[in-house]
Amino acid sequence: MNIQAGIKLTAAEAALVESYNEQVGELPGDGNTLVARDTLLSDLKTAGLPTRRVEAWHYTDLKSLLKTVPAFLRGASAQRVEPIVPGSTVLSVVNGKAHTRVLPEGITAKSYADALLDGSAADGLVARDADDVIGRINGSFVRDGLIVEVAEGAAFEAPIEIQSVQNCGQVNTRFPVRFGAGAKATVIERHLAIGEDAALVTSVTDMRLADDAEVTWIIFQSEGDADTHLAQFKAELGANAKLRLYVINGGGKLVRQEIHIAVAGEGSDLTLRGINLLGGESHTDVTFTVDHNVPHTTSTEVIRNVVFDRARGVFQGQIRVAQDAQKTDAKMSCNTLLLSDDAEFSAKPELEIFADDVQCGHGATVIDIDHTQLFYLMARGVPENKARAMLVNAFVAEIVEELDDETLVEALEGVISDWLEKYA
Amino acid sequence: MLEIKNLHARIAEDGTEIIRGLNLTVKDGEVAAIMGPNGSGKSTLSYILAGREDYEVTEGDILYNGESILELDPSERAAKGIFLAFQYPVEIPGVATMQFLKVGMNEQRKARGEDELTTPDFMRRVKEAAAELQISPEMLRRPLNVGFSGGEKKRAEILQMALLEPKLCVLDETDSGLDIDALKIVADGVNALRAPDRSVIVITHYQRLLDYIVPDTVHVLYKGQVIKSGDKTLAHELEANGYADIIGAAA
Repeated sequence: MNIQAGIKLTAAEAALVESYNEQVGELPGDGNTLVARDTLLSDLKTAGLPTRRVEAWHYTDLKSLLKTVPAFLRGASAQRVEPIVPGSTVLSVVNGKAHTRVLPEGITAKSYADALLDGSAADGLVARDADDVIGRINGSFVRDGLIVEVAEGAAFEAPIEIQSVQNCGQVNTRFPVRFGAGAKATVIERHLAIGEDAALVTSVTDMRLADDAEVTWIIFQSEGDADTHLAQFKAELGANAKLRLYVINGGGKLVRQEIHIAVAGEGSDLTLRGINLLGGESHTDVTFTVDHNVPHTTSTEVIRNVVFDRARGVFQGQIRVAQDAQKTDAKMSCNTLLLSDDAEFSAKPELEIFADDVQCGHGATVIDIDHTQLFYLMARGVPENKARAMLVNAFVAEIVEELDDETLVEALEGVISDWLEKYA
Repeated sequence: MLEIKNLHARIAEDGTEIIRGLNLTVKDGEVAAIMGPNGSGKSTLSYILAGREDYEVTEGDILYNGESILELDPSERAAKGIFLAFQYPVEIPGVATMQFLKVGMNEQRKARGEDELTTPDFMRRVKEAAAELQISPEMLRRPLNVGFSGGEKKRAEILQMALLEPKLCVLDETDSGLDIDALKIVADGVNALRAPDRSVIVITHYQRLLDYIVPDTVHVLYKGQVIKSGDKTLAHELEANGYADIIGAAA
C-alpha cells in the first residue's frame, strides 16, 4: 500500500484508498474475492481517477469533478418507497442492503452478498478495460445487490421494480441478471436518494438475454442534488433477443451512466431511448457503446436532453460493427433542448464500421423552444410558462409514448412532469 | 367589437413596415371579409390581432370592445375571446390533441374566473363538436396536427373555435388547400357559430369561400391599408375584374 513517489493523489482518490483500508475487513468475500478487490483498488490507485486526457472521459473529467468521497455510514436509515407503476413486483436494495422476498413464479432473486461470501462472484470483479474506473470502484467496494434469474419462457403481468434507495454515504451494488430463452418482462431499475447529505453511489448491472427473450428495461435515476452516481449497464443479446432500454436521468450532482451492449446473436435488436432532465448544477454523462458482432442485427438510439440553469450534459455514443456483421442496421440520434444561456451539452456520436454492407447513421441537433409552437399554444389561451412546459414535456414525452403499455407511459410521463414542475 | 385605428406595424426583426395606416371597424355579429393580393398584409394583420411577437406596432391602436389589446400577450387575448384560425396550423409532436383541447379550454376558463370543466363534460363537448365537423375519434387520439391532411388541420381549427366559443374569430385563409367538400364542412362549422354577439373576420384570396360564408362587409387590403370597403357585391366585382381596377383607382 505504498504510494509511488511522484504520484500525488487527489483528495477524492486518497479518500477512496483510505475508505477501502477502513472497510476491507468487513467487506463480504472469500480469499479470491479479496484478491480481486485488492487488484481493482490497486489499479485504481495507480491509474488515478480519469482526466479529460482519457478519451472515454474527455467531457467528464472525474479527477477534477469528484471533489470528495463521503464516508461509509453504518446504520443510516432508509425505507422502500411506492413503485413508479402501481402493482409492480418490488425488489428493494435499501442503503446498499438487498432484501429478497417471495416472488411470482418464473423469477428468483438472491443476495449478491452471499455470492461474494462463497466466492462465486469473484470472477465478475474485473474491470472491462483500462479506463473502467466505475468497474474498479464498484468491484473494490461492492457489498450487496441482487442476482436475478428469469426462467425460460416466463412472462409477467406486472412490471418488476428493482429499487435502490440511498440515504447518504457510500453505496456500491451489483445486479447480475439472466433472462432465459423466450422470457418476457418489463423491469424498472430505479435509483433514488432520500437524504440531503452527499452520497457516492456506484451500481453495475450485468445482463444476459438468451435467445428470443424480449425485455423492456427502464433505468430511472433521481438521486439528490449533492449525490454522485456512477453506473454501468452491460448487456449481451442472444439470437432474436430484443432489448428495449430506457435511461432516464432526473437527478444527481455528478452522474455518469455507462451503457455497453453486445448485440451478439443474429436477429437481435436493441432499442435505446435516453431522457436526460438536467437542471441546477448537475453534470450528467451518458456514455454508450454497442457492438454489432454478427450479421443481421439492428439497433436504434434516440437521446433527448433538456438542459436548464447551469447544468451540463454529455452524450457519447459509439456504434461498432464487426467485419462479419453484414446487414447491420443502426441509427443514432441525439437531440438537445437548451433552455438557458449557461446550459451546456456535448454530443459525440461515433461510428466504427468494419463491414461493407451495412446501414448506419447518426445525427445530433441542439434547439431552443420553437416559437411558432409557443405562439400557437398561447393563441389558444395557454399562458406562456405553461405553454413552455408543455413543449418541453412534449419533446421528451414523444419518446416515452413509444412504449405501448399505457400504465407505464402514464407513470413515466408523471415522473417527467413532476421533474419539470420542480425545475422549469 | 373591433376598431383598428391608423395601425402601423413592422416585422420586429428587420423593421420592414407591412401595415401602413390601416383602419377597420367590425361591429358585433358582423362577418367581415378581408381580401387582397399576395403581400398586401392580410396574414400579418391576423397575426397582429392574435398578438404574435414577431411584429411590432409602431403607431395607432387596436380596440377590442373599447379597450386597447396591444399590451396583452396572445394567451390573454385568447382568454378575452379572440381566436385566430391559422392558415398553417402548427404540428406539435408529443402533445396529444385531447390534452391540448382540455388545457386550452380550462386555461381560458381559469383566466375568466370560471370553474374548470369536468372530464365527462369536456368529453361530451368534444364528441358533439367533432361529430359536426366529421372529425373521427381516431384523429383526436393523434398528437396535435401531426399527420393530419390539409383539410383535417383546417377542420381541427374550426373544432377548436367551436369549443373555445370566442367572440372575435379571425379566419386566415381557412379555404386554402381545401377541396369543395371540406370547404362546405368548414363553412357550415363557421356559419353554425354566427351569433349576434360574435364577429368573424374572414381573410381570403378568393370569392369561393364567401359563397358559403356570406359576409356583411368586404374590405380590400393593399400595401397595408384598407383601400376600399363595400358589401358582398364587392367580392363579386373583384372576382370578375381582379384587383387592378381598385388598386388603380386608389393610387
